Amino acid sequence: MSGKRRAYMRQYAAIAIFVVFYLAIGFVVRNSYYQLIMTLVLIWATMGLGWNMLSGYSGMISFGHAAFFGLGAYTVTIAFVKFGMTPWLGIPLGVLVGVIAGVLIGIPTFRLRGHYFALSMLAYPLAMLYVFEWLGYQEVSLPMKRENPIAYMQFTDQRTYMVISMIVMVACMIISLHVERSRFGRSLLAIKQNQPAAEAAGINAMRWKMFAMMLSAGMAAAAGGLYAIILLVVTPQTVFGALVSAQALIVALFGGVGIFWGPVIGSAILIPLAETLNAELGHILPGIQGVVYGLAIIVIVLVAPDGIYWKVRDRVMARRATPAKVGAQPRLVEQIAVATDAALVPRPAFGQPILQLDGVSRSFGGLKAIDDVTLSVPEGVIYGIIGPNGAGKTTLFNILNGFLVADKGSMRFAGEDIGGLKPHKVCALGVGRTFQVVRSFSRMTVLENVVIGAFVGSKTDDEAERLAYEALERVGLADQQAHALAGGLTTKQLRLMELARALAPRPKLLLLDETLAGLGHDELEDILPIIRQVNRESVTIVIIEHTMHAMVKLADHFSVLDHGRLIASGTPADVVRNPAVIEAYLGKKWMDRAKDQVA
Amino acid sequence: MTDWQWLLIDFFQALAAGLLVGGTYGLMCVGLGIIFGVMRVVNFAHGDFMMLGMYVAYYLVTGFGVLVFLGPYIGPVVGAALAGPVVYVIGWLLHKYLISRVTGARVISAEAEGHYAQIILTLGIALVLANGGLILFGSTPLSVQTPLSRESWEIGLIFINQARAVSFVMAVICAIGLYLFLTRTYLGKALRAAADNPIAAAYVGIDVDRSHRIAFGLGVGITAIAGGLFAMSQSFQPYIGFDFVIVMYAGVVLGGMGSILGAFWGGLTIGLVQQMSTLVLPYQLQNTAIFVVFLIIIFFRPQGMFGRVWERT
Repeated sequence: MSGKRRAYMRQYAAIAIFVVFYLAIGFVVRNSYYQLIMTLVLIWATMGLGWNMLSGYSGMISFGHAAFFGLGAYTVTIAFVKFGMTPWLGIPLGVLVGVIAGVLIGIPTFRLRGHYFALSMLAYPLAMLYVFEWLGYQEVSLPMKRENPIAYMQFTDQRTYMVISMIVMVACMIISLHVERSRFGRSLLAIKQNQPAAEAAGINAMRWKMFAMMLSAGMAAAAGGLYAIILLVVTPQTVFGALVSAQALIVALFGGVGIFWGPVIGSAILIPLAETLNAELGHILPGIQGVVYGLAIIVIVLVAPDGIYWKVRDRVMARRATPAKVGAQPRLVEQIAVATDAALVPRPAFGQPILQLDGVSRSFGGLKAIDDVTLSVPEGVIYGIIGPNGAGKTTLFNILNGFLVADKGSMRFAGEDIGGLKPHKVCALGVGRTFQVVRSFSRMTVLENVVIGAFVGSKTDDEAERLAYEALERVGLADQQAHALAGGLTTKQLRLMELARALAPRPKLLLLDETLAGLGHDELEDILPIIRQVNRESVTIVIIEHTMHAMVKLADHFSVLDHGRLIASGTPADVVRNPAVIEAYLGKKWMDRAKDQVA
Repeated sequence: MTDWQWLLIDFFQALAAGLLVGGTYGLMCVGLGIIFGVMRVVNFAHGDFMMLGMYVAYYLVTGFGVLVFLGPYIGPVVGAALAGPVVYVIGWLLHKYLISRVTGARVISAEAEGHYAQIILTLGIALVLANGGLILFGSTPLSVQTPLSRESWEIGLIFINQARAVSFVMAVICAIGLYLFLTRTYLGKALRAAADNPIAAAYVGIDVDRSHRIAFGLGVGITAIAGGLFAMSQSFQPYIGFDFVIVMYAGVVLGGMGSILGAFWGGLTIGLVQQMSTLVLPYQLQNTAIFVVFLIIIFFRPQGMFGRVWERT
């Protein structure tokens, strides 16, 4: 905990040093044009921080942040010109308008992903641009207030604007810092990497995205408001134009995505460069600014796709890092292996049913992916669901944890109806899940990966960390790998990490989707005891596999799924002798041949 | 004549204008649709390739006057057609040296990451083209001079601008030609195969990277022809591309992403929406109408646009 506070203090100190240096330079510089550029650097950094808040952290690329920038700028301007409101109030009002616009835009647009999100975001500012032109706000100037300039944020000394912009930008940096380091930022990162996995880990994606959008829009609107005050003239093209959105994205991308220093670095390099080129060459080469921005992002995407900050950091880390400690955990594994030998003795009775499915069906078009599945999982069991590829196993899990809604049938978990619940709600009730394809958050440590899973079971971030550590201990990753980067793990370790992520909030039921797939024989021998041990610690497990051999050693009860239907159910020994099961696996022809041979 | 008769005439006038403009839009959308369909790349620079087409046509016809010998009627149409090959070469080169580095077989495994880089890269290209255009061509609005744009045919009480009518016919011919190319030739079929499943296509011996390069060149070339045609009846400047990106995407999405013929009908519909909106909305808001329609389409027809809603877990 004190380590965490120290990390914060370091960042604060870095920000303070930056502020002192920047303002010192600003106060030494006499030329008011350079002072203006230095102020613009801060404004675009604020804009970039706004973009980064949504797109950098959550990965939903926005091409439309000009919408918020423009609304901020026009709110300040119109409030001033029409109602005589001072920008001291106008900028906060603009931020409010921006936040409201963010919510209104977010509600429908968050349904879209990837390309479609980016494209539709592009449409908002352009639509607004024409509306403001049509309303007759082609060019609005802020009038000079000679009698009481300070009350109207009108200063003769350019440096005052620099200080005000600095305050706003630093506020945005600190907000971003806290978002990054909290469950808010971690959740956004999880959504960025794999939204389904994040939701299955109990993260309410819509809610966090909306918070990010609100903060993001507010920052962009603040930048727009400041921009209006400093340039004194607002036109639809300069505040709603596509170049404004592009510039927000460019400074953030150039400097570094998903880190609050990024937009500041990007802005500090690109804005002076582009402005100076424009001033020196603008009369001969009018679009030079845009060409520079364009080239900057082309080069950055090819050379350092995440921006300068990460490129430099990865270099430094690579030089500093000791080779990642990889290797098995003999002590713990042995310990568990000893413990589980006893577990191999068949256990007689299990508890009450914890999960009950009754007539669950789901079709995709004409294909019945899940067809009238009824099953009951007793508490404390390891319940294996096997079936050939395409039998509907993963679909069944997707229905269970809320990714898909069943067309028919009912599902009860621990007495509660879970039909139609969203994934994060199902997770909160105590259903954990792993995925067929492990997706780790490769730039985060193993512990940080698991912390994301722990959020749903914890009130505070510290508690989440404790739960995560506990889960890592349970799977045997706590000692050496906890602080290693997830990117360097082996397949087995990744599977274990994912298991820990699902275990962290202490679920009552665990859904394991082909956890054993792709593992070698020795690795299987390592991982099976861990799963048994987890099960003995009162976690009911439902596990999917398409191969039988590993499952026979693990499961207490088998159900076989074929073409979406449950074709057999019982003890492993019974099920593997069931003719229907053999047919499903080997085909009818082989079945007949087998019969012939018997006959 | 009574009021409602005037209304009716206005309606048919807008309908005719919408259809004619829509034909050219349709061709633009077909160009974008090929690129998205084959490469799954959102090309933000597409509007700027259209802009390049406009300038190529302009310099061939008016600026350098290379095509003066063809006369004021044929010249502009040939100029527009020639803009296609010129921009094809530009697109082919850009794909070879830039775009191929973030698309194609290389990024199949890292799908989401790939999209991220593609969007940024094409945005960078868009900025360079638009602003480079400003440096090279200047900011004065231009148009391809042809007497056609000042003359109209009268059908009853409705005026049909000749330049637009000629553009429409050309656009339809190009679209049909492209359709035949894609469905009847080996190369066209290879392109469609690469679009449908790049991995399977590679297994049966189709060079996916080359298919993408051809598709990209073809896509921007087709749109450049549409731009050249459009330049006869619309003035343009180097920044015109950005506005049209949305117009084109609206058409492609409306037609169903990946469907080449669909993109044509989508573009046609967008042209109609734009022109018909002037019946009820102020003239300045016709592009806003397109954006609103675009958003409505994207919200209410998500199937067929997403592909899969959930990535495979």
